[in-house]
Amino acid sequence: MYMNKIAQILKKSVFRTLAAIVLGLFVAGIILAVAGYPPLRSMLALGKGIFSSPKYVSNVLIKSTPIIFTGLSVAFAFKTGLFNIGVEGQFIVGCLASTLVGITLDLPPVIQVPLVLLAGLVAGAAYGGMIGVLKAKFGIHEVISGIMLNWIALYLSNYICILEPFRKGDSNGTYQVSEASKTLILGAWKNTDDGRNFLKGIPILGEAFLKTDVNIGFLAAVIMAILLAVLLKKTTKGFELRAVGYNKYSAEAVGIDIKKNIIDVMLISGAVAGLGAALYITGNTPHKITVLSAFEGMGINGLPVALIAGSSPVGCILSGLLFGGLMYGGQALQYEVGAPTEIINIVIGIIVFFVAIMKGVPRLLLKIPRRGGKHVK
Amino acid sequence: MLNSITLVIAITLMYSTPMVFAGLGNLISEKTGVINIGVEGMMTIGAFTGAAVCYFTGNVWIGFLCAGIAGGFLAILHAVASILFQSDQTISGLVINLIGPGAALFISSLLFDGATSTQPVANKLPKIFGNGNIRGVLGNLNVDVTVVFAFVTAVFFIWLFYKTKWGLHLQAVGEHPAAADTMGIQVNKIRFICVIVSGILAGFGGATVTLGIVSQFTPTTIAGQGFISIAAVIFGKWTPHGAYGACLLFGFAQALTVLLGGGQSVIPSQLLAMFPYILTLIMLVLFVGRAVAPKASGKSYEKGSRL
Repeated sequence: MYMNKIAQILKKSVFRTLAAIVLGLFVAGIILAVAGYPPLRSMLALGKGIFSSPKYVSNVLIKSTPIIFTGLSVAFAFKTGLFNIGVEGQFIVGCLASTLVGITLDLPPVIQVPLVLLAGLVAGAAYGGMIGVLKAKFGIHEVISGIMLNWIALYLSNYICILEPFRKGDSNGTYQVSEASKTLILGAWKNTDDGRNFLKGIPILGEAFLKTDVNIGFLAAVIMAILLAVLLKKTTKGFELRAVGYNKYSAEAVGIDIKKNIIDVMLISGAVAGLGAALYITGNTPHKITVLSAFEGMGINGLPVALIAGSSPVGCILSGLLFGGLMYGGQALQYEVGAPTEIINIVIGIIVFFVAIMKGVPRLLLKIPRRGGKHVK
Repeated sequence: MLNSITLVIAITLMYSTPMVFAGLGNLISEKTGVINIGVEGMMTIGAFTGAAVCYFTGNVWIGFLCAGIAGGFLAILHAVASILFQSDQTISGLVINLIGPGAALFISSLLFDGATSTQPVANKLPKIFGNGNIRGVLGNLNVDVTVVFAFVTAVFFIWLFYKTKWGLHLQAVGEHPAAADTMGIQVNKIRFICVIVSGILAGFGGATVTLGIVSQFTPTTIAGQGFISIAAVIFGKWTPHGAYGACLLFGFAQALTVLLGGGQSVIPSQLLAMFPYILTLIMLVLFVGRAVAPKASGKSYEKGSRL
């Protein structure tokens, strides 16, 4: 009977996810032990690297922000049946566009910040929309076109960031965006004597503000998650999008234009990634782009974030924090116990693996009594 | 002139070979109805294993073989998740693409003092006309022996798919698993075997890069070849000869990038580097039309279920 009970518990997606995370960390412990590192001390180091100082916690929030955005982008597309692996490319062109606008223009912050963010958003939307058009009009699978467009975006960004007006001297990157474009909180003020003295007086927040790039990104991510959740659950458009995701044939039968919806989804999904990119550039040092030899993974990491969250927009905040925490805390693994930080990618992979197979577990568990039943007959 | 032409042919063959292996691997998995976007990760682990084993044993063939084994092991994960647990095959493939490179870099930094690249291997895969210093046209065409292996594998696949009973069973599983089941074909067993074979082939594909084209593994060694090979399978309409041809075409695009990129080129190298990917997209737009995937593609099969 206990099989039945486990099966019942695992039918709830929250428990499935929690079980997957615990199992993922457990397997990571085994791998670390096999590789000759003390598993318990490693896990403690990981926890310490995330929680032991206000600076760490603040950095986890900051690190998580871009992958929450790309996670939201992927989750939104996934809810409607599309696998937006092209999110990396959308993030790259978002960074590119917002940097270019941020360098070129220097208006008062009230106009400048929205313009820079809009640049990233529009670039991401356009790039995502291309995947939608390729799928809707030419039947090209979004995974293939997405991956091709990722590489094209990478080289495009590399090409433009060393072009004349943007390139800084002989460096392999652009100039910083103008001061007015930055989305830091208390950005300039905290570097003045007044600001520094004032912040030193505040116990926990003070340290976080002084030592990290506190910016509006995380708040924006939370608002975006809520907006997307409302759009999906409470609006007619959201209903259409989900209907296409669940069953495109019945959606078409009730008169929903599938092709238009595919393009719309990719536009929105790309816009979310692009906005995240713009906030990343304006909110994080060095506020510029450089030539990349490989993908940074801001977009690609959004895939596991969305999958661990079960494509729930609000869940993406939590799984993004988990992922961001593991990535940031993973550095502590390196300097506390000497284990390579690459273990973190394996941990994430294993967690997603367990999330993926957990759905099938109740079915497999419930099957066992049925097999026995056959012989009784 | 003859020199340039033979050089283009040789580079095309060299660069297409990893994709041919990965593409054929992806094909045999897709033919049985299991989507495998994990070939990229399987190639990465193969590329790493090949280089690392060859570096430590000094034997390039043991390295090559172990690359296949490593790819096959990773494929077991995909098979277990997507066939046994019936989870979403795209997600499970993504898991492979996370764990493959993750494991490669992790083990690399364990073995090579924290470096995510391996040391260069002492001896690479042999060439078809021997490793001597041959000049002229013959020297240009002196490609890796894996080029021949890839071709033979493609021919073998054509024979397997269209001339053998097993090949027909395999395709039946991908087209109509319930019907195949009724005939007494063990659907999930065939799928399991084919997914593992696809991992082995993708592992070989990775090793042809690190043991043939370059001589070490770096984090960017496998940079999308696996994904391009998936595009090649679609472009080749899920046939071995089509996939082989498509891989040659993409290899040709990369060869042009390499040749035009050398020396004083008018086109900036960054724009040239985009070329294979843009070509892939254009080819897919122009020629694919309604390519028909195996009918049961992406659907897990449970005995007794209705289609």
